[in-house]
Amino acid sequence: MKQKISNYITLEFLSRSTNEGFARTAVACFAAQMDPTLNELEDIKTAVSEAVTNAIVHAYPVSLGKVTVKAAVCEGNLLEITVKDRGRGIPDIDKARQPMYTTGGEERSGMGFTIMESFMDRVSVRSVLGKGTTVVMRKKLAARRSAVK
Amino acid sequence: MEITAKSTDRNLLLQFSGELDHHAARDTIREVELAIDAALPRNLVLDMEGVTFMDSSGIAVILRAHRRMQHLNGSMMVCHVPRQAKRVLDAAGVGRLVRIQ
Repeated sequence: MKQKISNYITLEFLSRSTNEGFARTAVACFAAQMDPTLNELEDIKTAVSEAVTNAIVHAYPVSLGKVTVKAAVCEGNLLEITVKDRGRGIPDIDKARQPMYTTGGEERSGMGFTIMESFMDRVSVRSVLGKGTTVVMRKKLAARRSAVK
Repeated sequence: MEITAKSTDRNLLLQFSGELDHHAARDTIREVELAIDAALPRNLVLDMEGVTFMDSSGIAVILRAHRRMQHLNGSMMVCHVPRQAKRVLDAAGVGRLVRIQ
């Protein structure tokens, strides 16, 4: 379903882990115009952190590559966040979304998708082996006042 | 992420402060394991009060410490978990494995 977008930003950065904090903070700053609650802001930061970390850890395991994050304010106070990489892709998306499943080694918990799913309303994943992965997350924010025109 | 360690009578307290994400996780895991191996505690307390942000990387840190303490036949508790970090732990069901207070 295509949503009508009233504002958006696009961030592009190299898959260095130091950019995880930048990405989640930048998206949270952008989302602030939607007058979110503190809880909603924390949910957004957490979900972005998980999606960006996945791209950094799994898309480019041995090299550095480009990660693109788009955040859009859509009709109905809906925030849509797209995290896209051009990395190696996910061989089995259903398996990757299972709790506790990880190929990321001992410093990963395998809970990234579970956290994204519980903190956002909807998470969809598209991936093509050798071409990259796109994660789209949507969250409807409580309309405390009308969003930016 | 900064960790302050206090050890008395084989009780080890590790106080975390800062952001616990994937960027910080590897160093944090190493520091926690070094502190446990040095103190060989019977009881370990992870105090999360100073954690300003945590994602699922924090779960990996807590579970690694938990496993280490199981090998030592010791006990472990996580306390003073801020709201955002608590919701991450709850979403992952970490409370079923580890005592959280």
